[in-house]
Amino acid sequence: MNLFAQAIAWLTDPANQGGPDGIWTRSLEHVWYTVIAVVLACLVAIPLGYLVGHTGRGRGLVVVSSGAARALPSLGVVTVAGLILGIGLTAPMIALILLAIPSILAGAYAGLEAIDRQTIDAARAVGMSEWQILTRVEMPLGLPLLLGGVRSAVLQVVATATLAAYVGSGGLGRPMFLGLKTQDYAQMLAASLVVVVLALVLEGAFELIERLAQRRFAPVPSTST
Amino acid sequence: MISFKNVGKSYPDGTQAVRDFSLDMPSGQTTVLVGSSGCGKTTLLRMVNKMITPTSGSVWIDDDDVATLASVPLRRRIGYVMQNSGLLPHRRVIDNIATVPLLNGVPKAQAHSRARDLMDLVGLDPNMAARYPSQLSGGQQQRVGVARGLAADPNILLMDEPFGAVDPLVRADLQAELVRIQRELHKTIVFVTHDISEALALGDQIVILKKGAEIGQAASPQQVVAEPADQFVADFIGVGRRSLNLHLQPSASGYLVVDDSGRPTGRLAPGSLSAAGLPQLAAPDPSGRP
Repeated sequence: MNLFAQAIAWLTDPANQGGPDGIWTRSLEHVWYTVIAVVLACLVAIPLGYLVGHTGRGRGLVVVSSGAARALPSLGVVTVAGLILGIGLTAPMIALILLAIPSILAGAYAGLEAIDRQTIDAARAVGMSEWQILTRVEMPLGLPLLLGGVRSAVLQVVATATLAAYVGSGGLGRPMFLGLKTQDYAQMLAASLVVVVLALVLEGAFELIERLAQRRFAPVPSTST
Repeated sequence: MISFKNVGKSYPDGTQAVRDFSLDMPSGQTTVLVGSSGCGKTTLLRMVNKMITPTSGSVWIDDDDVATLASVPLRRRIGYVMQNSGLLPHRRVIDNIATVPLLNGVPKAQAHSRARDLMDLVGLDPNMAARYPSQLSGGQQQRVGVARGLAADPNILLMDEPFGAVDPLVRADLQAELVRIQRELHKTIVFVTHDISEALALGDQIVILKKGAEIGQAASPQQVVAEPADQFVADFIGVGRRSLNLHLQPSASGYLVVDDSGRPTGRLAPGSLSAAGLPQLAAPDPSGRP
């Protein structure tokens, strides 16, 4: 437990908190990387997932390719991309986006797929256009599952974003890798603790968002009849 | 008027849901398509609003071949009521009813006030406006479904087994309401059911369908009962109503109407014999002897 106490001491030391290399700056960078990666992944995965979910076509392809993407080791992707693209943020971003896409994609199309076919059929029969069916029926009803997908993507990305420092970028990986090189294990542990706290805070935030969405779009749990 | 002209529907796997169907459904009347499951009745209904496209022949609404009309505006001017209501679970009752007017760009306040009038018409408590569909009973959901079908004041109302999933008492209620509403509104209704009693209760024209949507008989309910076209029709009506051959049986409180096997199906309304110009029978003997 000595190491643990040292980690806490490292965190509470004002020298490690402020400045461009301080834990606050690194945490902000870390969150920033996470947000960028997840937003970019959403831009790719949500339209694709909606397309698959709405038309019912290409489902097999999506399942297979997101399975393959899940199997990619992020460290490997960072290394390969880093070798090709050089030091910087691009290589880890690619890895993080690839990591985030499968969950979001699955959430988007599963959300649409889970909707009662009769509801969609009725929406079409009363005269909604395909776009109106998507935006007024499928998107709101599929939102809870989509949020679930984004949530797990965020958690995976926040944990993996430490790899950015592996190719020279910032984030909480920075103090972690530094600690590894200088055998300062207290610093390593301190940085990991911050990652864990970040993950928990984000998890809590999503719990809240999902509840709000639930209240807005599925106000009453549908009673099984 | 809705006209089917030599309509056929076959699927790539070779099944023929509809072989060669021709029929006129007069305006302002209720035409009931009745038959066993798989006879193609729902397929016919869904051809009217282009939810299904025939593979041969054509469907006409007045002077328009529906194949030449755009689907979305066509569907918006035709009311559609389905089994299990098909309501949007994330919208309140009032918004569900106002769906089509809102799609058509009617201002919200106006669409809602129209929806409230319709709730009154179909016998829904105004307090239910703010509820969600899952908070309603099956019968109430169907009423909302009917109100939604009427919201844009369509000339045509398509009803696909709308009362099939509710219990018999509620169903009888809903049927009576529909008859009352139709007396007021005179819509052209196409109604699909597998229940011959429902068909006889609601239809101006009854169309009894065999497999492949072949017409067994298309006639008024009186005619279908009095002169079934063939054995198939006679059997179909007989199965649905246990038997068409009804007898009078005296009981303590008047005459019971019983079927061939002696099971009661109703009672003779007092005075109905004299109203029909028939001689009054001797007062029934309570001991049961004729």
